[in-house]
Amino acid sequence: MTSFRSLVLGTAVAIAALLPMAGTAAAKAYKVGLIASLSGPTASLGQQIERGARLYQQMHKNDLGDDTVELIVRDDTGPAPDVAKRLAQELVVRDHVDFLAGIIFTPNANAIAPIATQAKVPFVIMNAAASATTKASPYIVRVSQTIGQFTQPLAQWASQQPDIRTVYTLVSDYAPGLEAEEAFTTGFKGAGKSVVSSVRVPVQSPDFVPFLQKVKDAKPDALYVFLPGGTQSTALMKAYQSLGLKEAGVRLIGSGEVTVEDELPNMGDAALGVVTGFHYSTAHDSKANADFLKAWQAAYGADSVPTFMAIGGYDGMAAIHGAIAALKGKLTGEAAVEAMRHWSAESPRGPIAIDPDTRDIVQNIYIRRVEKTDGGLRNVEFETFKAVKDPGKAK
Amino acid sequence: MPRPTVRVEPVKRLSVPHPGAAAPSTWRGLAMGRTGSDLAIAILLGLGALATLAFGESYWLLGSQVAITMIFALSVDLLVGFAGIVTLGHAVFFGVGAYSVGIASVRLGWTEPLLGLLLAAAVAALLGAATGVLVLRTRGLGQLMLTMAFASMVYEIANRAKPLTGGADGLQGMVVSPILGLFDFDIFGLTAFLYTLAVLAAVVVFAVLMTRSPYGRSLVGIRENRVRMQAIGTGVQKRLLSVYTLSAALAGIAGALLAQTSQFVGLNVLHFSLSGEILIIVALGGAGRLWGALLGAVVFTLFKDRLSALDPAYWYFWLGLLLAVIVLFAPKGLIGLVDRLLAAGRPKETA
Repeated sequence: MTSFRSLVLGTAVAIAALLPMAGTAAAKAYKVGLIASLSGPTASLGQQIERGARLYQQMHKNDLGDDTVELIVRDDTGPAPDVAKRLAQELVVRDHVDFLAGIIFTPNANAIAPIATQAKVPFVIMNAAASATTKASPYIVRVSQTIGQFTQPLAQWASQQPDIRTVYTLVSDYAPGLEAEEAFTTGFKGAGKSVVSSVRVPVQSPDFVPFLQKVKDAKPDALYVFLPGGTQSTALMKAYQSLGLKEAGVRLIGSGEVTVEDELPNMGDAALGVVTGFHYSTAHDSKANADFLKAWQAAYGADSVPTFMAIGGYDGMAAIHGAIAALKGKLTGEAAVEAMRHWSAESPRGPIAIDPDTRDIVQNIYIRRVEKTDGGLRNVEFETFKAVKDPGKAK
Repeated sequence: MPRPTVRVEPVKRLSVPHPGAAAPSTWRGLAMGRTGSDLAIAILLGLGALATLAFGESYWLLGSQVAITMIFALSVDLLVGFAGIVTLGHAVFFGVGAYSVGIASVRLGWTEPLLGLLLAAAVAALLGAATGVLVLRTRGLGQLMLTMAFASMVYEIANRAKPLTGGADGLQGMVVSPILGLFDFDIFGLTAFLYTLAVLAAVVVFAVLMTRSPYGRSLVGIRENRVRMQAIGTGVQKRLLSVYTLSAALAGIAGALLAQTSQFVGLNVLHFSLSGEILIIVALGGAGRLWGALLGAVVFTLFKDRLSALDPAYWYFWLGLLLAVIVLFAPKGLIGLVDRLLAAGRPKETA
């Protein structure tokens, strides 16, 4: 109870401290309604987004002069579109927010889209990765990623490897998994290249051993995997090792969630050599990333590891700050979206920009290999696909 | 031919007071005390709705979701509290109702809201009757498992049938016509609030009349002593199936309301956690008491909303704590607490 009270007290003091600033002549107070899944089994994802967003604010609090940006955080409890929609509606009519932001799950983003359109409030998506979502409202700007965007470059890379001729795909049996399966299958092509078999595993706590046993019997050159991340990835890695697939000559490749940063320490040496395609690695070599990591650990402790979710929250706030700065006090919904459509930045993940035609993110996709470094296991980038757009929009 | 009907009628009437009479206090006294609590809660909820309408314009949306939860809770209470049928899969009817109006609007262009409610009720009732035949063959744990199994099957079907339901991405682009061609759904949720309140009022009146009818009493009789009811000539299976179907239809209406007011349907309306939550709500309010279920729905939804706004990360903990406290100090639910409060108040006034 005391910690809860001190939290409330701390927030109150913080708001009180900000109030005098809001009172000065030209200063404007902007509000951002951040909706993420902060409770239940996906709480850690929501926490990453919120921490990323708050970290950006903390690092750039003086960039807007006297203007302030207040974050109003709400919990949509997981994939619950009706809750997300009501929260968005309340943030608009009750709190009069200037921006809506956040959202981990695609159905929630789809449900909020009409609110953004109706209220003319820009809606910055910080994760939800289904390709079509940006078409749901002209007020949506996405700063995260799409599944096709990071899957196709990996498929392309795999096509270029002489020792990968046959691939077995294994994905979680839900919409993003199916999207990944399709993107990989269409991207993996060339003379003598084929996807020999595709299997879909249950989304919730699957047992990988029987599936991987079948993979071993099929003897493909590589196994492509898409999973929702978290502890599942570790379970997969353990099964991959205990069945001796690596020794049997089956390489493991996949999307970045398979070797997601916060699970790597639990995977141990089983993960060594796994190749993934993704947009963010904590091992990304740049000043922006080094500064980001330093600030992250200073704020949340040396043990805390940011993932791509945190990057989504961080860059989302960067885009919002960018729009506020560009408009110099004349903020309207349309103008903010217009400003963000032409926004670009040096993110911790590398150079990013918004595609003015689709309002979706354009970013580098890196092919990475898990290696042992001074800081433990890391996804070390070794090949870059520059300025990749969402391939789903070209269709 | 006429003999059996003549024989059944008087026996059924005789059976009515029996479950009540078996209770420690007299039938009459019990009814008086309970009616007092019901009346108190009805007045409280009515005033709350009026106050929200007049002063709480930013709570209209929440209000409509509270009203929807109340209808859903009522449908479950009819089963669990009155007929003694246990279920951990009632979200299936809620979800099927929601998807019925959603699919009718998106795929077929049927956007009339009131007809949508009827459609949802009919589809849910049909599914209720079909699954009820199997579910009601079992009792207790078996029944729990069967309802759960049916619910997860339908969930998975909805997940797979992407062209129809939109799968995990949800059903997008739902349009709802203005109610009666006059009242369009607005961003403040006033229409949604009044609309759900009106449907709630109709459902409550219906449920109250039903539970007071001989039919409703016979359900309680079946719950208390099934063998005895059978022995005195009640068609037990037929009555259970009819109440199961009826409850499914009410849950379908609640689901349809949610789809219409949020103009979106996601897989969560079919999810197991919703089935569990609604059971908690009924237990919290007091199972077997309509006004208890209604009060439970209001308290649960409001606490959920306030706690999650105050502490977005750990509000489940506070909610759990609250529920534990209520269950510990009010084992008969919130309405049991109201009973006790009223009983404590009365002697002081009279004596």
